[in-house]
Amino acid sequence: MSENIIALSGLTKQYGRLKAVDELNLYIKKGEVFGLLGPNGAGKSTTILMMLGLTEPSAGSVHVCGIDSTTHPIEVKRRVGYLPDEVGFYENRSGLDNLLYTARLNRIPSAEAALRAEQLLQRVGLYDVKDKKTRTYSRGMRQRLGLADVLIKHPEVIILDEPTLGIDPTGVREFLDLIVQLSRAEKITVLLSSHHLHQVQQVCDRVGIFVAGKLLAEGDIPTLSATLFAGEPYTIEAGITASAEEPSKPDSASPLIAQLQKQLGEIKGVRSVSYDKGLFRIGCTHDATALIAGAIVSAGLGLTYLNRKAYGLDDIYNRYFEGSNVYEKAF
Amino acid sequence: MALPKHPFRVIVDKEIADHVRSWRFIILLSLILLTCFGSLYISISNFSKAIKPDDPDGSFFFLKLFTASDGSMPPFHVLMGFLGPLLGISLGFDAINSEQHSGTLSRILSQPIHRDYLINAKFAASLTVISLLFFALGFLVTGLGLMIIGIPPTAGEFMRVVFFILLNILHVAFWLNLSILFSVLLRQPATSALAAIAVWLFFSIFYQLIIKLIAQAFMPSQLAPPEAVVRYQELILNLLRIVPTQLYSDATVTLLMPSVRSLGPLTMEQVYGAIPSPLPLGQSLLIVWPQLTGLIAATVLCFAVSYFSFMRREIRSR
Repeated sequence: MSENIIALSGLTKQYGRLKAVDELNLYIKKGEVFGLLGPNGAGKSTTILMMLGLTEPSAGSVHVCGIDSTTHPIEVKRRVGYLPDEVGFYENRSGLDNLLYTARLNRIPSAEAALRAEQLLQRVGLYDVKDKKTRTYSRGMRQRLGLADVLIKHPEVIILDEPTLGIDPTGVREFLDLIVQLSRAEKITVLLSSHHLHQVQQVCDRVGIFVAGKLLAEGDIPTLSATLFAGEPYTIEAGITASAEEPSKPDSASPLIAQLQKQLGEIKGVRSVSYDKGLFRIGCTHDATALIAGAIVSAGLGLTYLNRKAYGLDDIYNRYFEGSNVYEKAF
Repeated sequence: MALPKHPFRVIVDKEIADHVRSWRFIILLSLILLTCFGSLYISISNFSKAIKPDDPDGSFFFLKLFTASDGSMPPFHVLMGFLGPLLGISLGFDAINSEQHSGTLSRILSQPIHRDYLINAKFAASLTVISLLFFALGFLVTGLGLMIIGIPPTAGEFMRVVFFILLNILHVAFWLNLSILFSVLLRQPATSALAAIAVWLFFSIFYQLIIKLIAQAFMPSQLAPPEAVVRYQELILNLLRIVPTQLYSDATVTLLMPSVRSLGPLTMEQVYGAIPSPLPLGQSLLIVWPQLTGLIAATVLCFAVSYFSFMRREIRSR
């Protein structure tokens, strides 16, 4: 238990009739880089706000570094650095001034603060612009300054809410590398929320998939895909035309299609068959491509396209964020 | 080695620095400086006319600096009653919502500070700026007046000037708190500025009009007994005194014109036999005590509401 630096149990947040976070249980170990992955509006930010004591949970408990965030937010905030999704700085102050202000709010002695601020600015590559006003900073520079701002108080945990939003791809790469480096070098636990699967995959030790206030699955990426798609690791897509000569696509009401659908369903290993606008999507437990192709051709239909795919990360994403009716459920 | 400053002090220091460096403050400062010198000029050029042999305030030459006017421009205390709200509103209307807007609010509140530090520090910083400004201006006018008319103020007059400055600060503090309240409640700085200005305009223009209408409707007949007339008069006065600016002007008049003995109607019996002489400072203060209490109460109420709604608020980034 003491190993878990972040422990959420039965955490619930209710806004009127909407449950933004629903009975969430999550444990994060010290030194881990954890990715909280979910679509917009899944309740990621709300969960983070509750960890910092910036909003009160409706039920359940949040413990960060063994301290209850709801009753002792100050103690938690002393140990946790938080980078909000759209971090802002005092625009008429320089980057260095903004950092020093944060250091002073954390009661870091001024000599130490100045030293650390310079080091951090060097580290995030903003040393040359440290005396420029932050209003002249680009989005990526702000984000890097935000990281320095988070690190200046020697946190044990850093929480980054959508840190890569609005940065260009190379910037994202550098930023994420920086986070991992820092985490490894200073043994900081990192909680990263994002809706970008690939970015999370690059840096995180473990990922939690969070949809409509619920944690659907957690684990490292290989485990995730294995558990999520244990039933149907293969999907075969087949493009169909009415016959070998005629290019028109038969609609799903046609008896030929209905019959074929039934036939395909009887093939060994096929778990699901769906048809939409000339395209069959067949989920199976093992590779049944050849049998499926045979069935289609013998049914007298034209086969224009056949694709077999094993599940990857994109499918995890699609399946959980886009495929399921997440948004309808939420309201 | 000295201990690092308390975070509350850190925020106050930063807010004061922000105010002093801002264009808004420079504009307001020049406006108020102009007012000061304008009214000083008017009062000095009318100084000889303002002093009459049978005036009960006659021995208080110095206070005339703040009240004398030839009608071309309102005297100092009236102008301050007009500009004070503007100053208060402009220092507070974007206190919280601009922080929210620029995304700094969630960053600051994720530092290990109590949430109320921020709102308290904002208030304290603005109040410090206002106090320094008013004391500087008040003493500047006093000093210049002293140099020009060459009559030093008596101790009593000096204390009256000090209380007048304190009263100004209190008045501005009310408007400051009102605008901080709007900045907590309303998300857009422009809307909160507009709301605060609307309240100010309502109280300084329309409220009097409405009271006048009510007064006409409830006017007792000519044959009504004198008690009824007095009661009616007092009711109307009290209705007017809901407005903080009215409280302020009641109090300034009493403080700057020592001959003012009452702010309500006086019966013939009360006046009969009274010598038209100025009151000592203590007595003047006693007369305005309810006004002062009212102003303080209104200020505290505004602060309490904004404090409460800020503490319960969920802090989202932007």
